[in-house]
Amino acid sequence: MKQVKVLGPGCKRCETTAEMVKAEAIKLGIAVHVEKVTDYAEIARYGIVSTPGIVIDGKVVHAGGLPKAEDLARWLAA
Amino acid sequence: MATVELPASPGERTTRTALWLAGTAAFLVVWVLAYGQLVPVSDWAVAQLPLDPGSHAHEAVRFFLYDTPKVMLLLTLVVFGMGIVRSFFSPERTRALLAGRREGMGNVAAATLGIVTPFCSCSAVPLFLGFVSAGVPLGVTFSFLIAAPMVNEVALGLLLATFGWTVAATYLGFGLGVAIVSGWVIGRLRLEGWLEPWVRELRAGAVDLPVEVLKVVDRIRAGIDAVREIVGRVWMWIIAGIAVGAFIHGYVPADLLAGVMGKDAWWSVPAAVALGIPMYSNAAGIIPVVEALIGKGAALGTVLAFMMSVIALSLPEMIILRKVLSVRLIAVFVGVVGLGILAVGFLFNLLFA
Repeated sequence: MKQVKVLGPGCKRCETTAEMVKAEAIKLGIAVHVEKVTDYAEIARYGIVSTPGIVIDGKVVHAGGLPKAEDLARWLAA
Repeated sequence: MATVELPASPGERTTRTALWLAGTAAFLVVWVLAYGQLVPVSDWAVAQLPLDPGSHAHEAVRFFLYDTPKVMLLLTLVVFGMGIVRSFFSPERTRALLAGRREGMGNVAAATLGIVTPFCSCSAVPLFLGFVSAGVPLGVTFSFLIAAPMVNEVALGLLLATFGWTVAATYLGFGLGVAIVSGWVIGRLRLEGWLEPWVRELRAGAVDLPVEVLKVVDRIRAGIDAVREIVGRVWMWIIAGIAVGAFIHGYVPADLLAGVMGKDAWWSVPAAVALGIPMYSNAAGIIPVVEALIGKGAALGTVLAFMMSVIALSLPEMIILRKVLSVRLIAVFVGVVGLGILAVGFLFNLLFA
């Protein structure tokens, strides 16, 4: 089970990003647990400046703007 | 099992890049041709309507039919260009460039990077925290946060469309000036103690983002995405603004506003700044109205001060920033930036008299 965290204060793009992660995981048949992190201090501790950010199993893979579907597939499959 | 696309062969990739470049060039040619036909096409369209030349309705419709395509064309071009420029920058990289910078040059760098770094106001708080906790000085952070929303592609594109490049360039210059000076002043005031306590203690984690290698095609795509997103968001406001502007243009008597918003009414600049604070960010809708107002005798400086105030000092943004800044610090921010905008308003009225 992959632990995915979507970092963002709860704007529309963060919601969309979380949905995209779930959809991509289902498509690839990868079990994921998606958690939304909205606390500013926690977001900052991950070291990102722009949101939404994506953390997979503790590693920051993306920051700022919507991710591309093909990148999501690559990160989830890694 | 994930299916991974096989990397395209170098030959295929070159062909694809060439196609994208050719497409972009074709788009630019069509753009130039369309721009050149604005006057004849809008004149022709108005002539098809049963309106008396010289009547109020004729003037209003002509203004609307000429301004709408012109504004849209210029806005699309500026947003597309800015989208490409921004693909070379990211907030994370900008922070790395600014961390540990001294004030002074740091403020100049921060304000300039504020224009070209992709920025969304919903990211303002994470950005502020990320900068301050990584050792970017408070005043330098403010220079970035003031310039980023104020000198944006929508404001620049619309100013270019309605007032020409001298006004757009002057807005850019003065916007940078306000951001640099305000940030520097805030830095000099040594207000780090006024941050919320948890913010002062926060230390950013080190981030090691995978480096994205963007190709020419990706950058062109970034430009197209920017057009789709930004023009898609603001076009309704622009058309609404042009419609109101067209009504003012056709029906409001000339010079009606000279007494209220003209450059001889000194109090109009502070009034415009104060009025701009509770309004939020629809520069898109405001500029066409402003164009019509100026046609009726309003002074350019007054009107630009209003615009800067609407964009740079917005109540909703202050409410968001309250989570990390004390009320005193927000008050200083509003005071310093407000004074800067006032100065710009008066100076513009003097320069473009």
